[in-house]
Amino acid sequence: MMDLAPYLLLAGLEGLVMASVLMLTALGLSLVFGVMRVVNVAHGEFYMLGAVGAWACAQFVPGHPALAFCVALVVAPLLVGMLAYLADWAILKRINYDPEGTIVSTIGMLYIIQQLTLMSFGPDARAVDAPFYYTIRTPWFGYSSYKLFTVVMALVLVAGLWVMLKRSKWGLVMRATQFDRETAQNFGIPVNRVYSIVFAIGAMLAAIGGVLVVPNQQAHYLMGGDPLLLSFVVVIVGGLGSIPGTIAAAILIGMSDGLLSVFFSPTAAKIFSTLLVAFVLVFKPEGLFGRSNRV
Amino acid sequence: MRVMNKGQNRRSVLAGLAGTGLLLASPGIIGRARAQAGDAIRLGAPFHRTGIGASYGRWYERTANAALEVINAGGGINGMPVEMIVEDDGTDPKRGVELIEKFSAEHKVDAVFGHLFSHVAAATAPRAGELKMPYFLCSEAHTLAAGGFNRYCFQPSISDVKSQVSSMAPWISENLGKKITLIYPDYAFGYDHRDNMTAAIKAQGGEVVADIAIPPTETTFTRYMPRIPFNTEVIYHVMVGPAVMTFVKELGEHLGSNRPEIFGFIDSLEAVDIGIPQLEYLEGTHFWEGHARYAQADQTEFDKFYREKVGVDENGASVDDARDISTYAHMFSVWETLFAMKQAMEMADYKGPDQKIAFLEAMESIEGFEASNEFPQGEKLFNGKTHQAFSHQNISKVTDGKLDVVYRTSIEETLYEDETDYTQMSF
Repeated sequence: MMDLAPYLLLAGLEGLVMASVLMLTALGLSLVFGVMRVVNVAHGEFYMLGAVGAWACAQFVPGHPALAFCVALVVAPLLVGMLAYLADWAILKRINYDPEGTIVSTIGMLYIIQQLTLMSFGPDARAVDAPFYYTIRTPWFGYSSYKLFTVVMALVLVAGLWVMLKRSKWGLVMRATQFDRETAQNFGIPVNRVYSIVFAIGAMLAAIGGVLVVPNQQAHYLMGGDPLLLSFVVVIVGGLGSIPGTIAAAILIGMSDGLLSVFFSPTAAKIFSTLLVAFVLVFKPEGLFGRSNRV
Repeated sequence: MRVMNKGQNRRSVLAGLAGTGLLLASPGIIGRARAQAGDAIRLGAPFHRTGIGASYGRWYERTANAALEVINAGGGINGMPVEMIVEDDGTDPKRGVELIEKFSAEHKVDAVFGHLFSHVAAATAPRAGELKMPYFLCSEAHTLAAGGFNRYCFQPSISDVKSQVSSMAPWISENLGKKITLIYPDYAFGYDHRDNMTAAIKAQGGEVVADIAIPPTETTFTRYMPRIPFNTEVIYHVMVGPAVMTFVKELGEHLGSNRPEIFGFIDSLEAVDIGIPQLEYLEGTHFWEGHARYAQADQTEFDKFYREKVGVDENGASVDDARDISTYAHMFSVWETLFAMKQAMEMADYKGPDQKIAFLEAMESIEGFEASNEFPQGEKLFNGKTHQAFSHQNISKVTDGKLDVVYRTSIEETLYEDETDYTQMSF
């Protein structure tokens, strides 16, 4: 068996990879809830569509896999974003973003997206080539360099999102809408369009997570379940709608999952995260990091 | 006003329910009207079209269609055409049970065949017995031969895990090593591997140094790898589910060039192309194959015939799409099971459910099958008491990105003491 130090290193790396993808998907969920007060149960399906989109790009873009990967990183989230925009216009807007109604209708969206994918993409798990292959060798184990690349990508994207929310005009508009919908409307902010765009951005974040993860995991029509559950865990622990809380909780859940599942078992890790949710809901329902509803 | 609204609502809900009920019932009515005894033999085929067994299900269905085409072109069974009613069980035990009820009550089939995943078969088999429905497994679980099922359940083609493992353990310990780490799926089928391999390797003077159970729905595996001890001489892996390729890839990344010997069940790579860059490290490792995926130098006429009829090329891929790799090591069991059923039905002069018992008794009286177009995997013994077939097992080595059979066990090596006698059970 390995010594403690390399063991810890491997567990840390696994946790880091998990935390970074989780950060993207959970941020999407959190953003949508924060601004729109919509609990999007179909969020995991946007993640799955991102992965399936990456597979489709790999089929249609000839040449080096890196090329297809770069195309997928742009095209797949854009298409998923458009689909989400459309879904918002066709469904969520019609029911006035009624909290119960949106939960039920996004459950419906979940099944529709899943079954359409099953009917078109098929029931198989399909592999997508990584943009590059290089295994980092330590004296004790090897580790995929692509996995570390996903960490870097996730960090860059989250930083980008942060800057967008804090510095751009669009970020200001979103934060205003989140803070007080009526007042924002009175100041001439087109709240309905903001909603559509936020829903699309949330879906795109999930889709990017799917594109990043698919060279490690393969695309499959049922792959949206786990990330949805974990995103909910992260968002509840971090505080619904709180972006810094979501980031912190993603790191906490991801790292603890990595460490616990390497040192004990993946089942123990799941027990821990579910227990954490239960305790947070009982003792600090606003989330570990949820101070206010501001971004 | 409120009350009236409620009333209206209730009425419309009731109307809706009635309508839905009619809709749901109508296929049943049609099904019952169509099912007339004596005009055809109807077989229920609950395949894993979706869920974690989907790649197997797709090929099981293709293989069954090809076998039925051959059977019907040859005049069917006892002069009757054979029809197959396919339903998707979603690789879900609950759905498996529902389907056997549907096949029995609605489609009124003569027999059901084709279940592979052992958790689905384990749930379905008892219900098949209660419904007195002949149930032919194309699974590998040892539960049937261990006496866990009932007299209506048969496995006439593919050998069970106990027989596969015990026949190959001597070769593994002599040629690869005696300190084994087991990696297997965390459910019935995996436990068959764990229990039988642990016993078999102990009998060879070896030991299992670690056993690692992984849930079949897992998508990432690196976190399990540190549990492989450094003194491992052989990694024995058998994984199933949509993420098998990720598993093998991550195993390779983790181990690097300084790897121990690896013996895998091809289950870990069924329906996966082994010629891709991430799997290069498998060169020189060994696999169990029920039926050799790549056409071997000494390919039989029978294998050639079977390959052509199912539409599989010499690399085990679909003739229509070289990237569509078959589940070749397992799917012969569907083909052969159909021909075994045909043989027993002909012995019993089966015309319909009135000859059901005669059909099952004929099945129990069969002692084996010769290698033939009907049994392309090779000759096999059939044990009428345990309802289980025993056949040659292949150990293949990855050479130049292809699987070459390096050892084929005798049938004697696959035998073990009977653990049950279904003929003592009443129908």
